Amino acid sequence: MTTTEAPLSVDKPRSPGRPAARRSNFELYSWVFMRLSGVVLLFLVLGHMLIMLFLDGGVHRINFAFVAGRWASPFWQLWDLTMLWLAGLHGGNGLRTVINDYSRSDRTRFWLKMLLYCSIVLTVVLGTYVLFTFDPNIS
Amino acid sequence: MTAPTTDANSDTATVDLPSDAPPIPEGATMVTVKIERYNPEVDDDLHWESYRIPALPSDRVLNLLHYIKWYVDGTLTFRRSCAHGVCGSDAMRINGVNRLACKVLMKDMFAKKGETTITVEPIKGLPVEKDLLVNMEPFFEAYKAIKPYLVTTGNDPTRERIQSVAERERFDDTTKCILCAACTTSCPVYWSEGSYFGPAAIVNAHRFIFDSRDEAAEERLDILNDIDGVWRCRTTFNCTDACPRGIQVTKAIQEVKRALMFRRR
Repeated sequence: MTTTEAPLSVDKPRSPGRPAARRSNFELYSWVFMRLSGVVLLFLVLGHMLIMLFLDGGVHRINFAFVAGRWASPFWQLWDLTMLWLAGLHGGNGLRTVINDYSRSDRTRFWLKMLLYCSIVLTVVLGTYVLFTFDPNIS
Repeated sequence: MTAPTTDANSDTATVDLPSDAPPIPEGATMVTVKIERYNPEVDDDLHWESYRIPALPSDRVLNLLHYIKWYVDGTLTFRRSCAHGVCGSDAMRINGVNRLACKVLMKDMFAKKGETTITVEPIKGLPVEKDLLVNMEPFFEAYKAIKPYLVTTGNDPTRERIQSVAERERFDDTTKCILCAACTTSCPVYWSEGSYFGPAAIVNAHRFIFDSRDEAAEERLDILNDIDGVWRCRTTFNCTDACPRGIQVTKAIQEVKRALMFRRR
């Protein structure tokens, strides 16, 4: 009887090549969100830039009083709040896709995403806090 | 065969014609074929090598590769089988775009002025085994993962499974795929992230998702709904441009996205 060096069993037989689908709609919703928020942001951001940079003397008239005057109106507060949240999440989700596409190792991907999520939370929460607690009479 | 001579203008070696090469046919033009080569037993990395060989306007790029392999350097390695654009073996990057070497005619490749240079590289995103031959296993792994076969429940019908002309037309475009990997390896997302299913796998999923006789559409949609599925597509249309069968690949991917968005469950 002859013997061979080759193992008689296959290492990890029928091991799946990739993990089973998670049955989650997260990627679908994030894709739809990018399209919808993009359209809304187009109006919000262009409108914001038009007001802040071009109309009525543009950027030269911006000072504390101008911002205080604008935020006295709930309309502009809501405008800025929507813009802040949509831009933060839209840009953050875009960067998430870029990190998913380009990071090679799982560890790099994980830490880059953590850094990204922290900066999104920080920006959005800080912005929201300022918008709601803004005091025009601050000394 | 003569020894490779180094070209003064570049760092790549140009190989001359051997003395026992067949006579140059009438109407042939000398062209330079620059091939990205790699021999895992000798080379540390991929490198370019140039060959000056005669080409007829009726030649295909595959004929030029054959000429090099048969008369200049027998170690040149590449896949080809039918040589008529049906088997899908000889997908490669020709002048920077993915094409089947057997479907690119030389008369479309000649430079308007000066001498013609054609660059040939292995398709990107898959591990190079030797010269133009890549390991296709990751490509077929993604293909197998989307269940590219008819799935039905219940007893098999005693006669054929009936399908109307309109129902057949629905997925006609994606039945043309020959699995050459030209689309998948032209996709920038696939280059940087190999776990993405890639256009070819999605095309073959589309072929069954929209087949009225198949019953596993939901299962395939679930697979393509995950992080490595259709939502990775950036609609750069490289795949549609690369497909040698003229399949509207990006359109097929978008149709799967639409099916996911409007499905009920």
